[in-house]
Amino acid sequence: MEHFVEIDWQKVDEIIEKYNGNREALLMIMQDISDIYNYVPPDVVPVLVNKLGVRESLVYRVATFYKTISLEPRGKYIVNVCTGTACHVRGADKIMDALEEHLNIKEGQTTDDLLFTLQGVRCVGCCASGPVITVNQKTHGGLDRASALETVKFYDQCVS
Amino acid sequence: MVKLENREALKNLRNSLQTKFQESKKKLISLCAGSGCGAYGTTKVHEKLMAELAEQGLENEVEVKLSGCHGFCEKGPIMVIHPEGIFYPQVQEQHIPEIVEHTVKNGELVKSLIFKDPATKKKITHEKDVPFYKLQKRIIFGNNGIIDPTNIQDYLSVGGYAALEKALFDMSPEKIIDEVKESGLRGRGGGGFSTGIKWASCRKHEGERYVICNADEGDPGAYMDRSLLEGNPHSVLEGMIIGAFAIGSNEGYVYVRHEYPLAVKNFSMALESARELGLLGKNILGIGFDFDIFISRGGGAFVCGESTALMASLEGNPGLPRAKYIHTVEKGFRQNPSLLNNVETWANVPVIVNNGADWYASIGTEGSKGTKIFSLVGKVMNTGLVEVPMGTSLRTIIFDIGGGILKKKKFKAVQTGGPSGGCIPEKHLDLGIDFDELTKVGSMMGSGGMIVMDQDTCMVDISRYFIEFLKDESCGQCNPCREGLKQMLDVLNRICEGNGREGDIELLEELGGMLQKFSLCGLGTSAPNPVLSTIRYFRDEYVAHIKDKKCQAGVCKPLFYYEIDPELCNGCTLCAKRCPEEAITGKKKEPHELNQDKCIKCGICYEVCKFNAVAIR
Repeated sequence: MEHFVEIDWQKVDEIIEKYNGNREALLMIMQDISDIYNYVPPDVVPVLVNKLGVRESLVYRVATFYKTISLEPRGKYIVNVCTGTACHVRGADKIMDALEEHLNIKEGQTTDDLLFTLQGVRCVGCCASGPVITVNQKTHGGLDRASALETVKFYDQCVS
Repeated sequence: MVKLENREALKNLRNSLQTKFQESKKKLISLCAGSGCGAYGTTKVHEKLMAELAEQGLENEVEVKLSGCHGFCEKGPIMVIHPEGIFYPQVQEQHIPEIVEHTVKNGELVKSLIFKDPATKKKITHEKDVPFYKLQKRIIFGNNGIIDPTNIQDYLSVGGYAALEKALFDMSPEKIIDEVKESGLRGRGGGGFSTGIKWASCRKHEGERYVICNADEGDPGAYMDRSLLEGNPHSVLEGMIIGAFAIGSNEGYVYVRHEYPLAVKNFSMALESARELGLLGKNILGIGFDFDIFISRGGGAFVCGESTALMASLEGNPGLPRAKYIHTVEKGFRQNPSLLNNVETWANVPVIVNNGADWYASIGTEGSKGTKIFSLVGKVMNTGLVEVPMGTSLRTIIFDIGGGILKKKKFKAVQTGGPSGGCIPEKHLDLGIDFDELTKVGSMMGSGGMIVMDQDTCMVDISRYFIEFLKDESCGQCNPCREGLKQMLDVLNRICEGNGREGDIELLEELGGMLQKFSLCGLGTSAPNPVLSTIRYFRDEYVAHIKDKKCQAGVCKPLFYYEIDPELCNGCTLCAKRCPEEAITGKKKEPHELNQDKCIKCGICYEVCKFNAVAIR
């Protein structure tokens, strides 16, 4: 399935400008672009190469090395199931199983309607409230199978 | 805010704020806005509280503070009403009218909301009497609950930036370094290297020096750095300015995880307000010292917690570590001398400067001074952040402060030191924990994660879990780590799947030894710790998996099955109702039966049974 996004080039320029075109800020620039599109559209890469004066290979190395960056489109809601140790011993895998079944995708995949991306994440630092999931930047704690499903269903309703 | 031009201006501002704070007669409601409580719904509680106070016409008589993390995250959202210190845990929207009507207006307690100690069943009214807090010594973490982290005036009102003033005006850089050295402070990020010696050695090297704060808290199960950055960012900032003055640096960086948005936000606000007040920037307090700090957000790579990898990442490259023939204090960020300390280490600095090295060194053990914040999590009753003097026993932390194991199950092990730490069994529970003692029993301090495991945790599965984590996080540069971890994971996977072979334990030990000896960086050399420590203390579990094909903890699915004990089952039907596969049948008040062909071993029946009638075989 092909997905196209309309890139707002002015915004991209503003982001690069915010960091004064500093090549050391490459990762943060990509994170800011991700915050808009939920991924780094590959069309942006040549612009980064030009404006920051870095090699194309470096952009791809950085984009693929760090987990917060994706070159593939991700859903409107990014559901991160914390699989950190504290959540693991309190049953994070069961939450993951339930969400995989409900969304009908595997960990790391995105639903066809581009609504949800399901990811495992190593610790969001809310260990006392485990098991925890985050949806975009909001954290939901103290979950079990049922309440995790409810949480995700809530976001589903937000759209429809 | 007016820029502070000199020492007097800072002193006057702090004194007036301190007096105002101490003499304030206003009721103060402190509501925890840390990430833990936030996950339980602080925002809604806060909105409701403000609306209710406005409705009752009390908004001018009561001050409401969204504070940093109180530490007792299990019971969030937490509310404390001062000056009495009344402690209300797990506050929800619907409780607000009662609290405002009774406690705020009339000074009466809302009995149904008072904290009940799960261990003694006693009701406890005041925060200071709650056992979770009572046994702690909160010299670093204590102000979190009473200040608004986004307000620099709050930090000043509890004596903030007094240490900076002392350091800049009453001490020479050498004297500061000596003080830190004599305090015995050791790096809180895991290595445990003497902070003072590190500072002295960085100052010795010529070049554009940098101070860096390592806030890439990657250890799953540890979140004290997050809570400090979110809850008391100025304490970290103050430490960094003192450090910069001591080693002669004009530029600092905070490398913080992108996954910690609130920490990034609060620390950015702290930087802005410190710049406005003239505590950062050009000519700080008129002494001709220039220093500023910038934030760099990490991208979720565990290896970036390693010093050389962190600096590579700061430079905009993939975070690959390098061999440390030359230390980063000599050639680090941009090939210049760089002083890297962890968040908690920086937060210790103002405390040492304020109180002196002798006072600081009087806390803790022979080789490890001061306090340490642990994140006590996992299968323990009271989870949260615990700050105790070095040398406190594991038993005190887990059973007295932590309240023991959840659901009265049996303690099995406690894992310290993050993914590359080790699992410590019951026989070492009386160990007084410090850097050296933990190393002796095959684990390590790490950044202070403390994950409690009970009888339902399989030690083979746990070490498989850590190796899987580390395999994913290995940067792939050096062979021993890249290939070694993959091989170890293959072996552990087959053991957990019931295909373990004779000699697998020895193979794991051999591979682990290879990684320890030949890996390039700390990630690889410490990676086998969880496997080696579980083999050391729980060898019989490995043997049971390999020879008997049994997982007594009921985790490795091919190696156990559930069975309903007819003696214990009273036919309450709960398990049958909850079973998603309709595998359980039976009449009411008669023992039930489980159909093994239908069972998917999801464990719901085991969890819900109140009579322990579902057994693992």
